[in-house]
Amino acid sequence: MTQMMADKVLAPAIKIERIHKRFGDLHALKGIDLTIQQGEFFGLLGPNGAGKSTLINILAGLLKPTHGKVSIMGHDVMDDYQAARLSLGVVPQELVFDPFFNVREMLRFQAGYFGRGRENDAWVDEVIENLGLTDKAHTNMRKLSGGMKRRALIAQALVHKPPVIVLDEPTAGVDVELRQMLWAFIKKLNADGHTIILTTHYLEEAETLCERVAMMKQGEIVALDTTANLLSKLPGKNLRLNLGEASLPPALLPMLKSGENGVYTLALTELNQVEFALSALREAKINVEDMQLIEADLEDVFMSLVGGKNGQYESN
Amino acid sequence: MVSMNLIDDLIPPQWRGTYTLFKKELFRFWRVAFQTVASPVLTSLLYLLIFSHVLENHVQVYKGVPYKAFLIPGLIMMSLLQNAFANSSSSLVQSKIMGSIVFVLLTPLSYLQFFIAFLAAAIIRGFLVGISIYLVAIWFVDLTIVHPLWIFTFALLGSALLGTFGIIAGIWSDKFDQMAAFQNFVIMPLTFLSGVFYSIHSLPPFWQTVSKFNPFFYMIDGFRYGFFGQSDISPWLSLVVVFSFLLALAWAALKMLKSGYKLRG
Repeated sequence: MTQMMADKVLAPAIKIERIHKRFGDLHALKGIDLTIQQGEFFGLLGPNGAGKSTLINILAGLLKPTHGKVSIMGHDVMDDYQAARLSLGVVPQELVFDPFFNVREMLRFQAGYFGRGRENDAWVDEVIENLGLTDKAHTNMRKLSGGMKRRALIAQALVHKPPVIVLDEPTAGVDVELRQMLWAFIKKLNADGHTIILTTHYLEEAETLCERVAMMKQGEIVALDTTANLLSKLPGKNLRLNLGEASLPPALLPMLKSGENGVYTLALTELNQVEFALSALREAKINVEDMQLIEADLEDVFMSLVGGKNGQYESN
Repeated sequence: MVSMNLIDDLIPPQWRGTYTLFKKELFRFWRVAFQTVASPVLTSLLYLLIFSHVLENHVQVYKGVPYKAFLIPGLIMMSLLQNAFANSSSSLVQSKIMGSIVFVLLTPLSYLQFFIAFLAAAIIRGFLVGISIYLVAIWFVDLTIVHPLWIFTFALLGSALLGTFGIIAGIWSDKFDQMAAFQNFVIMPLTFLSGVFYSIHSLPPFWQTVSKFNPFFYMIDGFRYGFFGQSDISPWLSLVVVFSFLLALAWAALKMLKSGYKLRG
């Protein structure tokens, strides 16, 4: 067994130790420690400016840390960068593309940069097919729609079969069909043993897909646990009320989590608050057209940890 | 396509990354060959037709060499140098501005591999333009070749020097405007004032001295020596000067690439 193979078997997929990153006066990352084991489906969540993209760029070798160490599959991203980058596939957040080439050419070039030759073409074709790009394989990148460009970007990150895949907002601005297709493919890759690290501002996606999540705020990790544990730490539920044309009575405003088009979501800390809400509505002579009691979700956990108003969560 | 696949298969795995980046850079300029090859060839021929028509009976620089023939090596070298510079610089600045440089930065390619691939593509484009001008020009002018090895040596060193300078300019520039400043305020004046259209012996002593501080003069004079066996200064001196400049610029470019200057934060 070669050393590289041994590393692959034994080392964590990603090990981040006391990483600091400063941009002038801005302390963007404040001593991040994080270990992600091989085969995990991991979520990295946080609002704009939390430092997620900075952390990913350090993993990818696009930024140098001010202090600390990062390794991928046991390979230091600075001292052993070639082995580290061979182990990593990154889907960048921005829709960048090379305007001179078609999809298949671009993917073959990308595989070639990683030392892959024509023996890799079958895998490239498999990626193209799994991401629904077969009809566009000979289309110039410039002529692709935004969604298709996103698929091509994802394909580019996968052409060298990296054991660790980082998806930085992969579903930003893409349609439902692509999301479903993408997640089916990514879940298959994860089942095949690939480690997946996902940043997304669709928290329901992270809740459904990620076994473990880290929540970041202002350059620090404020929560790191399994998704199930994080959800169980928040005992509250949400009460969603459809009031039609009527407005929410003032007595219920302190509980208001969100409200739009006559549908209001109230955050409950105890179940007996349901009765309180209903009596307030009766007193105000408001008819409830529909009502649902919903479990707290990852967004609630996030809000309770990070603070801020509802709906403010947005990834950068 | 079959021959390209054959070459692909011959490349050893450890060189595939460099070769792929080189091939991508070749394809990039070849996809827009009207702009990158045909256009400079046409421009050079226009220079040849106009200058040779106007000056043919007024100027004889070297004994027994018609002005039209004298002009051709200078025009070939000027275009070769400008296009070698344009290839690496425009590719880099464009991919930086469009963000597609990230596809290369995410790979295990080392800074040396990056340098070699960009440089080799710049040299090929320079040679392609130079050879094209030569092949078209010999339809109009009898052009002797006295020392082909000197021609090749100066073409290679010149295109490598300007390809390297293009890498530096491409890394340094953050926008097309800065790139254009390099081309219009550095490359163009230095090439035009380097003896493309004249021998420096026809200049006043002061300007002769000034010309000797221009590295482009040595590239063109040495290149021209290969055609006529005559030059303003010894080709060996030109060789030393050009090679020294190449080493200095390559050192600077490699230092920039190794540190990740303007590429990795």
